[in-house]
Amino acid sequence: MVVGSVAAIGAGLAAIGAGIGIGLIGKGAVESIARQPEAVNDIRSNMIVMAAFVEAVALFAVVVALLGNG
Amino acid sequence: MALRPIKSILALCFSLFILLQPTKILASEPATASAEHAKTEEGSFNVTETILEHIKDDHSWHLWGHTSIALPVILYTPAGFEVFSSAKLVDEHHEPAVYKGNFDYKLVAGKTKILNEAGEVDIAASKKLWDFSITKNVASLFISVIILLLVILTAARAYKKTGITSAPKGLQSFMEPIVLFVRDEIALPNIGAKRYAKYMPFLLTIFFLILTNNFLGLIPLFPGGANVSGNIAFTMTLAVCVFIVVNLSSNKNYWEHIFWMPGMHWSMKLFLAPIELIGVFNKPISLMIRLFANITAGHILVLSLVCLIFIFKTVYAAAIAVPFVIFIFLIELLVAFLQAYIFTMLTAMYIGMASEEAHHDHHPATEGADKDLAHH
Repeated sequence: MVVGSVAAIGAGLAAIGAGIGIGLIGKGAVESIARQPEAVNDIRSNMIVMAAFVEAVALFAVVVALLGNG
Repeated sequence: MALRPIKSILALCFSLFILLQPTKILASEPATASAEHAKTEEGSFNVTETILEHIKDDHSWHLWGHTSIALPVILYTPAGFEVFSSAKLVDEHHEPAVYKGNFDYKLVAGKTKILNEAGEVDIAASKKLWDFSITKNVASLFISVIILLLVILTAARAYKKTGITSAPKGLQSFMEPIVLFVRDEIALPNIGAKRYAKYMPFLLTIFFLILTNNFLGLIPLFPGGANVSGNIAFTMTLAVCVFIVVNLSSNKNYWEHIFWMPGMHWSMKLFLAPIELIGVFNKPISLMIRLFANITAGHILVLSLVCLIFIFKTVYAAAIAVPFVIFIFLIELLVAFLQAYIFTMLTAMYIGMASEEAHHDHHPATEGADKDLAHH
């Protein structure tokens, strides 16, 4: 039996989106570090900021899912 | 090329979603029935309710077991101000009780309401009720302000006494790298060397306030435990401050880029103006939601992992739950710092965008010609 709500599915979909986004950021960062190891600090800080942006979008969806659930 | 796997994953997700739809509709009725059943059952455990109760603001500060600090309730009604202890709003079973002051008060879903003679919520009278109570969040905010004042004033006094001639000592050497981080990594690159000094006090205030409240929120015991930076009213206040500062520091160039984007066809200008205008309000709103959602999501994650123990009704679930909780806590430490950093960095970026001087790189052809002339 399926127990839960559509809001939970929405939160899961948002997690997939954020996962793809953060994966792409990680891919890009690792590739550019491999190309330019001397720029590792700049790349890392930019990577973290970008990951936080992507994560924030997923969390918007979590908030909407929470509101939809409540 | 790179998009193909994403497309297939998305297609899979949506088809799964659509496949599950009829199951969902069929399953929804028994699900709600069982939820009602769970509510009526005595001593049952409701995860959502427990978690939301823990991240909500409260009139009392829970310490341990049945011990909690009753915080003062301050109400303003047409009959004037009224101050009483929040312990009077609950009975011995921690259930909401009626307090008879100028009116009859009762907590309904965490909000103070006025009751009429029949014991029902008087909606008209409750609208005139202003609740200025020192709630858990307000008390936690006071604690963080005291910590910040102590730490920052001590460090500032040391600079006043010895100047910047000697190496930093004690608290100074703790604060100096953080202040320099905000200056060199956040303010300077985003606002520019000419104007950054004016905004440093604001940026430092925002950074340290968010950082302290994030860290206090992670401490599960008394001095922390309130979910201040996961409260949308708190983040909204910060966002409104940012909105005011950004718009006060804006110049003609900024507004020109919003209402009449230079270097575009007039039809495109008309099309862009409303979008850019929405962007003006959208920036602080996204700041507000980002901080709120990140901190709240972290708290919910930790609480739901702890709730696993109660869901499985066995203490052995702790063997899995507790290491996960510690892991999430470590990530939350990073997030606490990261969110303070991002909030401050975006604020600096918005200020920098708003106060940017007009630069004339819209005509690369003529500029290149000028350069060529200068070279020859």
